[in-house]
Amino acid sequence: MGFYIVQILTGLSDASALFLVACGLSLIFGVSRIVNMAHGSFYMVGAYLAYFFIDKLPHGPFTFWIGILLAAIAVGLIGLIVEVFLLRRLYHTPELFILFATFGIVLIIQDLSRWLFGAEDLLGQQAPGLSGSINIMGSYIPQYDLALIVIAPLILVGLWLLLTKTRWGILVRAATEDREMSDALGVNQTWLFTSVFFLGSFLAGLGGAVQLPKGGADLLMDLNIIATAFVVVVVGGMGSIPGAYLAAVIIGELNAFGILVFPESTLVMMFLVMAVVLIIRPYGLLGKEEAPERGDTTASVSIIRPASRKLKIAGGIFLAMILVLPAVASTFQLVLMTEIALFALACMSLYFIMGPGGMVSFGHAAYFGGGAYFAALLVHYLQTPMELALFLAPLLTGGLALIIGWFCVRLSGVYLAMLTLAFAQICWSIVFQWGTVTGGDDGLLSIWPSAWASEKTVFYYLTMVLCIGGIVILRHFIFTPFGYTLRACRDSALRVDSIGINLKRHQWVAFAISGAFAGLAGGLYVFFKGSIFPDEMAIPRSFDFLFMVLLGGMDSLFGPIAGSAAFTWLHYTISRINLWQLILGSIFIVLVVVLPQGIAGSIGNRLNKYFTESS
Amino acid sequence: MTSNVLEVRKLAKSFGGIKAVNNISFDLHQGQLLAMIGPNGAGKSTCFNLINGQLSADRGTITILGKKTNGKKPRDVWKLGVGRTFQITATFGSMTVLENIQMATLSYQKRTKSIFKSVPRLNQDEAMALLRLVGIEDQYNRACGVLAYGDLKRVELAVALANNPKLLLMDEPTAGMGPAERQELMEMTSNIVETRKIGVLFTEHDMDVVFSRSDRIIVLNRGELVAEGTPDEIRKNRRVQEIYLGVEPI
Repeated sequence: MGFYIVQILTGLSDASALFLVACGLSLIFGVSRIVNMAHGSFYMVGAYLAYFFIDKLPHGPFTFWIGILLAAIAVGLIGLIVEVFLLRRLYHTPELFILFATFGIVLIIQDLSRWLFGAEDLLGQQAPGLSGSINIMGSYIPQYDLALIVIAPLILVGLWLLLTKTRWGILVRAATEDREMSDALGVNQTWLFTSVFFLGSFLAGLGGAVQLPKGGADLLMDLNIIATAFVVVVVGGMGSIPGAYLAAVIIGELNAFGILVFPESTLVMMFLVMAVVLIIRPYGLLGKEEAPERGDTTASVSIIRPASRKLKIAGGIFLAMILVLPAVASTFQLVLMTEIALFALACMSLYFIMGPGGMVSFGHAAYFGGGAYFAALLVHYLQTPMELALFLAPLLTGGLALIIGWFCVRLSGVYLAMLTLAFAQICWSIVFQWGTVTGGDDGLLSIWPSAWASEKTVFYYLTMVLCIGGIVILRHFIFTPFGYTLRACRDSALRVDSIGINLKRHQWVAFAISGAFAGLAGGLYVFFKGSIFPDEMAIPRSFDFLFMVLLGGMDSLFGPIAGSAAFTWLHYTISRINLWQLILGSIFIVLVVVLPQGIAGSIGNRLNKYFTESS
Repeated sequence: MTSNVLEVRKLAKSFGGIKAVNNISFDLHQGQLLAMIGPNGAGKSTCFNLINGQLSADRGTITILGKKTNGKKPRDVWKLGVGRTFQITATFGSMTVLENIQMATLSYQKRTKSIFKSVPRLNQDEAMALLRLVGIEDQYNRACGVLAYGDLKRVELAVALANNPKLLLMDEPTAGMGPAERQELMEMTSNIVETRKIGVLFTEHDMDVVFSRSDRIIVLNRGELVAEGTPDEIRKNRRVQEIYLGVEPI
């Protein structure tokens, strides 16, 4: 009996930090429609700063709590700086770009934290007077856990009072309810956004700081918490603070009890709960259906024309160059080109659902990595020949995407994007935690191509045939009735419904097709590298793909190829430098601010006049 | 004997405690233009969305071409032969005018999942014929996103005609157009309706359009049907005058 009570209490205390992070995320999203990827980073910084303050402040009875409060305020100020100097410039750009800039901040904070606080995990200090345990019918629970259980409801009540009893709170709720109308009524949005961002960041920092005695501080906290926080927000309902608490408690309890049943895959349980909630209530337990935005919200509305004669000739020349490259290029250059082609196919598959499909996936690494793992597992356990593995990997990945897509297409916009990220994180955790089958962190090694294709030049040609073939097929799809229907669904859900088209079903099929092609790229990748590690499924890899697609530009079918070439080259150039994530993050941000159309879009605008036929 | 394309019987829908549509019944014949008018909040939009399938009725029945449609989704209502235009146009902004029509014809032919032929070569002639019908064939290659509003209304009409509908639902078909353009669009509509034997139900704020173009008029007020008749009868109806001119009943 005591054991179960302790498990319940442990779940409640786990829920506290999660609630603080999730409600900050929810609050910021509600008002400004920004999905702040850096929210997990703020949580991490909160933990590190709390450690630093408690360590450096003169010792006294209140040092611990003062340190925590100072850390939270400092994180709030970091958030304030980010909002004032970066995000404020981006409010007029599409949501996706803002989100991307916040991922740049994730990378920057990651490297800065490593530099400032070191790569070692820090063990948190204990709270004075709360370092012991309490006996509950024979089972023990740390006193600090009980303090955490109290903190979250206190914050919940405080936020509720702030939102219902103050003028500021009324403005926040008005903006959450109807942003355009509150803007039209003369609410000072600049000030409102900044203050909400401060509060949200403060809460994230507080969440990181209060869990310090329990979980310490490490460099993996940022991405670990963000995926879980997304799940909490989706389950609880975007913009709902009580919903965030309810969902945090559900997830907390689930982890506390799930670990007894399936010690290796608590995240899978989380997925099941999320799936059930989304089926019953697509907008979360306490969330409301999004009011449709008035006015234009789509990022790209340029029409797609078939290739002109000149463009076809240019494409032909490009193909010829690829064909003769092995005769003139070094082995390194061939390897680089092979990698670019693999990424180009993965990017094209992402572009397929993002551009024409209008569905942004933050978890495309799940399919790229999924294809790679399917191929690797087939080879490792069943000695499947490469040819068969390359055939089965896309099919299996397509099946995976079919399952994930079934849930994702029930939502749209950022909700959909968050869901794709959560699913990808679940796939990653399965691969990472299920060490006995997947090798866990050590990966799967010695997955080499068949003898005939083991030579670098042959493998280069094989990759080119499959990748260019895949890209051409996907491009063809965009021009077929199916591709047009996808664009129609993106352009006007109301209109497709009134001309007899089942929107969700088309989006679902597109999701699976996209997954299958990413799986093909992944399958080839594993034979190219000879090994596979969970990193290929992790969040940063998903963002690499997004980065490549955005770098290439959303307005051009040529974008994914240009983007993956530029990214791969850039990666090879800077990855030897220390703090290269910091540089990459800065480039993300600069790119979003300066070159929102992407490389191909920007070049395309200049070259268009040479390549379009006058009609 | 003309047949009914639409029969509405005792239709009712409430939102909370407000009876948006209360016990409404009416018929619409083939080849007839039926205008639905009434002041703001009379229940016109609710009535429209019920017939279209975007809302489901609390009580009453809707029968379209002999089939009950209660609980059917808009896309299934469309499959019975219903075309729809919106008050605020809903078109595919990233496609050309021609491609917008091609989309609708492709859906009619159940080919939206086809992945073999490319769209630019499909259904061009049919789509062009529809564009000629509504008089914007010269704009066929322009993106819908950059079209003038009046032209978008015509694109919508052509899209709505792509499945050879027997019933056309037009919500404020001339909203946002100039006076001359309005008459032109409605004249064109009534010609199409006559030759194709379509029944049209439309709402409209412009009383000139309503009285000069409709065959019959139904008047709603506060969710109830208060009058039904020819334009002449409605013009002389005291209840309607009270509603529109604010004269209290004596």
